[in-house]
Amino acid sequence: MTALLNRRQLLAAGATLLAGNSPTRAHDGTVHVVIEKLAFLPADIEVKAGQIIEWTNKDAFAHTATVKSSWEVLIPPKEVATHVAAAGDSVDYYCRFHPNMKGKITVLV
Amino acid sequence: MKTVIAVLGATCLSLAAQVASAADKPTDPQIAHIAYSAGVIDVEAAKLALSKTQNPAVKAFAESMQKDHTTVNEMALKLAKKLNVTPENNTTSQALTDAADEKRAELAKLDGVTFDKAYIASEIAYHKQVNDALATLLIPSAENGDLKRLLETGLKLFQGHQQHAEHVAADLK
Ligand SMILES: [Cu+2]
Repeated sequence: MTALLNRRQLLAAGATLLAGNSPTRAHDGTVHVVIEKLAFLPADIEVKAGQIIEWTNKDAFAHTATVKSSWEVLIPPKEVATHVAAAGDSVDYYCRFHPNMKGKITVLV
Repeated sequence: MKTVIAVLGATCLSLAAQVASAADKPTDPQIAHIAYSAGVIDVEAAKLALSKTQNPAVKAFAESMQKDHTTVNEMALKLAKKLNVTPENNTTSQALTDAADEKRAELAKLDGVTFDKAYIASEIAYHKQVNDALATLLIPSAENGDLKRLLETGLKLFQGHQQHAEHVAADLK
């Protein structure tokens, strides 16, 4: 139950951060990216190594977060998927199914 | 409606020159039918590809086409129902479908890598054509706001498909 509440609080915090224009900054654990109408929102995020990046897909289409020649996360329609940021994850990523969807991750040192 | 046929039939022609008078503008029921037909065509092409290809990237592309276009068409039907609009068959839809039938018959004769390359090349050309029509004619002509928004999402989606196909084509070389 505690875990659930914490998770909800995290989501609320993520939503608040999403409202700003600056890149979403790393906070206590998870950095949230919403996918809506074929766009990553926000497109640019800042994380610390070890933090979780969580994509929430609000579209009816499957998307991916793909780093060329590296990792890929599949994000099914109306679902959530995560990736734990590694030290070397300052990368540009895109959706393999719709490469016009682009995002950027910066790992803070 | 002549304009629409020209736009969809001959991509190399200047589109600006094609969008002539307001009298040629398709109506919302016609736009809905054209967009829906365009989706059905790509689902049919995907089914053919899935029955033929052995290439994982081509298979993934075709599966994505089948899913995405089916989903958009479901959204379109739902919207048409909500707006109480009956999609209206028209010469543009018919021309699109006839050209697609011909293309599919041509592709059906091919196999292996030859098929993969021809299918992906055809998908690039097809999405380019539909995207041009959406951007220069169908979206500007749509009267209803909901229909216009759905077409705009469709355009973003199909632009993504075009780029996906271009990536697959580059890897097939
Ligand atoms: Cu995508």
